Amino acid sequence: MKDVLKKPDSFFSVFERKGGPDLASTHYCPGCGHGNIHKLIAEALEDLEIADRTVFVSPVGCSVFGYYYFKTGNVQSAHGRAPAVATGIKRALPHSIVISYQGDGDLAAIGGNEILQAANRGESLTVIFVNNAIYGMTGGQMAPTTLIDQKTTTTPYGRSVENEGNPMLVAELLSVLKSPVYIERCTLEDTKNIMKARKAIRKALQNQIDNKGFSLIEILSPCPTGWKLEPVDARQWLIDNMVKVFPPGVYKNDADRPARPIKPRPVLTAAQINKALGHEDKGKSAAAKIPPGFGTHELICAGFGGQGVLLLGQLLTKSGMYEHKHVSWLPSYGPEMRGGTANCHVVVSGHRIGTPYVTEPTLLVAMNQPSLEKFAPIVRPDGMIVYDSSFVRDVNLPAGIRAVPVPFSALANEKLDNPRVANIIAAGAVIGLTGIVQADTMRALIRELPKKQLIEPNLKALDVGLKSVEHIASPTTV
Amino acid sequence: MAKQLVKGNEAIVRGAILAGCRAYYGYPITPASEIAETAALLMPLVGGTFLQAEAEIGAINMVYGAASTGQRVMTASSSPGISLKQEGISYCAGAELPCVVVNINRGGPGLGNIAPEQSDYFQMTKGGGHGSYRLIVLAPNSAQEMCDLTMKAFELADKYRNPAGILTDGYIGQMMEPVDFPEPLERLPEKAWAVKATAETTNNLISSILISAEELEKHVLKLKAKYDEIERTEVLFEEYRTEDAEYLAVAFGILSRVMMTAIDLAREEGIKIGLFRPITLWPFPKKPLGAWTGRARAILVAELSTGQMIEDVKLAVACKPPVDFYGRSGGMVPTPQELLQVIRKLREDHP
Ligand SMILES: Cc1ncc(C[n+]2csc(CCOP(=O)(O)OP(=O)(O)O)c2C)c(N)n1
Ligand code: SF4
Repeated sequence: MKDVLKKPDSFFSVFERKGGPDLASTHYCPGCGHGNIHKLIAEALEDLEIADRTVFVSPVGCSVFGYYYFKTGNVQSAHGRAPAVATGIKRALPHSIVISYQGDGDLAAIGGNEILQAANRGESLTVIFVNNAIYGMTGGQMAPTTLIDQKTTTTPYGRSVENEGNPMLVAELLSVLKSPVYIERCTLEDTKNIMKARKAIRKALQNQIDNKGFSLIEILSPCPTGWKLEPVDARQWLIDNMVKVFPPGVYKNDADRPARPIKPRPVLTAAQINKALGHEDKGKSAAAKIPPGFGTHELICAGFGGQGVLLLGQLLTKSGMYEHKHVSWLPSYGPEMRGGTANCHVVVSGHRIGTPYVTEPTLLVAMNQPSLEKFAPIVRPDGMIVYDSSFVRDVNLPAGIRAVPVPFSALANEKLDNPRVANIIAAGAVIGLTGIVQADTMRALIRELPKKQLIEPNLKALDVGLKSVEHIASPTTV
Repeated sequence: MAKQLVKGNEAIVRGAILAGCRAYYGYPITPASEIAETAALLMPLVGGTFLQAEAEIGAINMVYGAASTGQRVMTASSSPGISLKQEGISYCAGAELPCVVVNINRGGPGLGNIAPEQSDYFQMTKGGGHGSYRLIVLAPNSAQEMCDLTMKAFELADKYRNPAGILTDGYIGQMMEPVDFPEPLERLPEKAWAVKATAETTNNLISSILISAEELEKHVLKLKAKYDEIERTEVLFEEYRTEDAEYLAVAFGILSRVMMTAIDLAREEGIKIGLFRPITLWPFPKKPLGAWTGRARAILVAELSTGQMIEDVKLAVACKPPVDFYGRSGGMVPTPQELLQVIRKLREDHP
């Protein structure tokens, strides 16, 4: 064992961050357990030669000033959140040794979820959980670990099972989880037990060095000030009262799990990043610039969910983009969402687009009767309606609006034996009727489809769509 | 590079990755979940971290931890989730940690609904969390800006060691538009202050606790000086058809897009109105908007709330000219025709 008087190098020799006249002693009260535990940790960091790569996380509680003492990286965190903060650090710095040092209010009350989840994720961390059965920093209020009948400032008549429930058993609770590698409860009651705690802390750190996962050491620790006892009496109170409720021992030990290699975070070149994101230059499309006088086309494409109206809209939008037109696509969202039907708004324009939300469409593509009934009344007087006449019966369309019935679904079944391409037939019809994009642009787009077996049927469907309106009109509005 | 057609929410993540962000921590909530889903898909491909946190509180604290190491890191959520993140955002500001927080504003208060609102303007720009801090807030109104302003947010966050936010709505998030993705940043700013688990950084401390009153006041004043500098130098805004404008509309996010269309319609009727669009909500473009004092006959502030940004507009122009308000809530987004009516009335009331 080391010379007990020598401060380990992982401890600052002078506590300059503490300020005030006495820079040699800690801010802890006489007889407080925090000091003992700090020392055990500091010695372990030195002996394991990991101080340089250690980050000490101190959330709120009496130990919030951990950074006064530990000559390691220090991150002070919000009350209860140390396991989440430690997670962020560890994931960013896989080589680091991260210690989350938490009190019982911090860990078992406000931070109950953070510790539970970090343990369950098996985060490779070392958690030191100081159980002193009270809130020290805020002046002696009840902790989740306060004993039954124990008086605190917020249980002036003593904690009762009826009102506050039983003391929280953290080591027991977390040990039922599968992921943690090591959970032990120790006490600071005497030298023998302090030596046990010393060993446990080292083991918990070694587990992290070996990247084995989550280790937590709960330590029963005196708080003479909170308990309103002299230091000597506080130790006795701990022995007489706490140890029975919180039995020391190893609650979980999977330490013979194999060590896992620590993978450094890869650093990618710009070219690798572009490749990963699919941002490589695919070259500009050869299509023409915006024809002069090209106005603004505002479409609503609507139908049953599953008819592919969103894709229909996207293909038209994308074709417009390839032709360097201004485009936007907006799916039904929020108040527009209704069960079973889907729609999207598409704008293809020669100018910068204001609202992407179409309120007075120049063109309605309706793939079923409800969509036709819903949107036909808002089509602009000079607008057009194209609808799937395979499904639609007796429709009452607004007077004066040009309406083109095309049996998209019937054509898909009869000509292509594939009901799923009705939307592409519709795309062909839209292009044939309006010329908002060129058929060749859409053909190029279809050829880029990731599923190769879909290319041919879709190209055919597009032609069927173009043909279906050939007799009606050539592209009018440009 | 050729343009890509992507959703605004996806453009945020792609922009973040291009800006060197390599960690995303978040919790699902509509209409922001796609950001998490896109990050889950893309982060692993660039050696980054994606982790679905236990809640928004966990997520922002994971962000705090990652930011402590100097990593570029982000989280995204929608209104109720942003409420939960406020303590963490305040801690980031106090400890001077750069990070990016995206808010796809939904309807509130309480659970509200998932439709677009702009009712988190106060929450984002006026603090939200405790203490004297500021969040830099950018308000994109297109998919391209979702990418560009996310990149900008990382740049500003690092430059000022302060969290930066994106405030936008479900429409801008859901909408697909062409995006020209810039080249990835290869060199990021050095962060000598960060805790990197190395011998050189063992003296580094990330903390927002300053027990002595003198020390904390000094720290707060240092932050204040930084915020003053941001207000002086980082204001962004856009004007649309304002050259000869007699009336001015002020709007951001989706409403600025609807307003552009309404302005086109109004101009067809001979109403000379233009749009002033703040891009930085904080720092609010006080000066450029203030230049309209005495220039416009009246100002119309339109918001998807019962009126929040209007307070900043009124301050900026000292209520000269008169400032009218049009607001919708609950996800009710006005049509350009509805806004046109409001503009007509504005002219009638202030001839
Ligand atoms: C959000 C929040 N709530 C409450 C507090 C006040 N607070 C500070 S420390 C503390 C309890 C600390 O007790 P414990 O974790 O047991 O640590 P100890 O001081 O006993 O070591 C509380 C409630 C806070 N800082 N932040
Ligand atoms: S109040 Fe208790 S826990 Fe805090 S320093 Fe004093 S004895 Fe230690």
